[in-house]
Amino acid sequence: MAESFLLKYVHDPGQAGLEGYLSRGGYEGLRRALRMAPAEVTEEVDKSGLRGRGGAGFATGRKWKFIPPDPGVIKYLVVNADEGEPGTFKDRTLLEGDPHRLIEGIAIGSYAIGAHQAFIYLRREFHRARRLLERALAQAYDARFLGRNIQDSGFDLEVVLATGAGAYIAGEETALLESLEGRRAMPRLKPPFYPAVKGLYMQPTALNNVETLCHVAWILARGADWYRQQGPPILISISGHVAAPGVYELPLGTTIRAAIDAAGGMRDGRPFKACFPGGSSSAILSPAYLDTPMDYDALAKLDVPGSMLGSAALIVMDEATCMVEIVARTVEFYRDESCGKCTPCREGTIWLSQVFDRILHGTGRGDDLDLLAGVARGMMGTCFCPLGESVPPSLNASLRFFRHEYEHHIRTGACDVRAVA
Amino acid sequence: MTTGNREPETGGRGRGEPPHQRRLSESAKDEIRRLMAQFPQPQSALLGALFVAQDEAGYLSPAVLEDVSAVVGLPLSEVTSVASFYHLYYFKPVGRYLIQVCTNVSCTLDGCAEVLHHLRARLGVDVGQTTPDGRFTLRTAECLAACEEAPVMMVGEDRHGKLTPETVDAILAGYAEPRRPTPEAR
Repeated sequence: MAESFLLKYVHDPGQAGLEGYLSRGGYEGLRRALRMAPAEVTEEVDKSGLRGRGGAGFATGRKWKFIPPDPGVIKYLVVNADEGEPGTFKDRTLLEGDPHRLIEGIAIGSYAIGAHQAFIYLRREFHRARRLLERALAQAYDARFLGRNIQDSGFDLEVVLATGAGAYIAGEETALLESLEGRRAMPRLKPPFYPAVKGLYMQPTALNNVETLCHVAWILARGADWYRQQGPPILISISGHVAAPGVYELPLGTTIRAAIDAAGGMRDGRPFKACFPGGSSSAILSPAYLDTPMDYDALAKLDVPGSMLGSAALIVMDEATCMVEIVARTVEFYRDESCGKCTPCREGTIWLSQVFDRILHGTGRGDDLDLLAGVARGMMGTCFCPLGESVPPSLNASLRFFRHEYEHHIRTGACDVRAVA
Repeated sequence: MTTGNREPETGGRGRGEPPHQRRLSESAKDEIRRLMAQFPQPQSALLGALFVAQDEAGYLSPAVLEDVSAVVGLPLSEVTSVASFYHLYYFKPVGRYLIQVCTNVSCTLDGCAEVLHHLRARLGVDVGQTTPDGRFTLRTAECLAACEEAPVMMVGEDRHGKLTPETVDAILAGYAEPRRPTPEAR
């Protein structure tokens, strides 16, 4: 039976402080890592099978192996703590409940890739997390888990807490680096600007998500084999019309249905209508897909384009939800957050939003659904970065599964979903 | 730009000059220099520096943008361009407490429209406006990463969740003048 560990202590008083963290085995992973060669640490993470928990799901060990081992090259580790994918709140939960775990993961990762400076790009709105992290960083320096000659290992590491300023696009890794360099958060061209090759200040950079680095701390503390036996687990942020919204630690591959059950089932026993399995950038799934495992491959292989695990943000909607309204809200979000660099994203999201506005205001036209599908088609494979391409999946899925709702809006100027709420 | 009336050690709000003429205090400039020293390239401190300026002056007036540009050593055009990209910098004065109501998907599913409607009526302002007494500015926000407590809003640096019209009233009452220590919200 899998043991809960990522969330095990996050609600314990004192866990955010060093004493509490040490009393529950904190920094054991770092101590063990420092006794190993850096390449062995990367190997251990690779063996664990850990995949990045920010959304793209890239294998963490492999990512670290891309960083050139040459000690003469300056390298950086950057933490993406700019959690902003709608429906995702697991990183904030970890930051507020277990900040030393992140610091431990940062130190392990930096040691593995040979970085002596690491940066945490923290979302500005996370004021509580910022206060806790500032204190935790100071404690870690004092206790020599950071700074010069960490635990007499000869390894030096400085961690700097940087800030975002309100921009969803800064969650995209190259846009984050631009922002961290003090510029507008506009994505860079890949290639050549793969962070592992030309990252922060054009130096090789490992960019990891908060949850990913918390997994790393546990993997080094208990070993890759133990980790694999635990599922491995992922944190799923479950929100919307469930009885008990929250972050749940569940084995990778738990079905959508079982995840909803873990969150207390549907609120007030109302029937399930649809869900986003991986935040609003993923496709919307209908009840026929409830038994799909929440797993990278299983979700990506569905016959619904754009279905993905993403950041594992399961947003659950019951029968009283107007899908046209929800997709319109999603489109508006990407419209407002588009950085404006590329035309398909900048203009496409505006055009889509205009069509949604008239449909919802009762002045939709007969050919509007074709127009929506056509604009969405024009955005696929044409956008500079994943932001613009996050729009078509939910739109197309809603046109497929809930077309009658759009048609009813256009025909009658009103919603046919009974507002039960 | 004239700086004749400046009191170098006491920048920020509450001074005699009109807000748009206030310059950054020396202590704010020192704080910006401290941030710059943390990074291999000082421009990396720009986002933080802009918050130092905004927190002191209340908003990013042309005067403080000029000061940031001088301290960080970047052209004013570059500083203004960067600031204008992000949602959390303000170029006009805002109320003492900024209310940000999340209107993203999970909060929409849990009734943020009702909360926003109530706030508009209660404060007598529309989204983007400030109450006549200068206490609150009402804004909407994108996902605040607290969907387990939807619907959610921030008041200043505090997060409040599971909002209903009734709890909103109680929360607002907690932000009475004069300024009191902000409650630690979870």
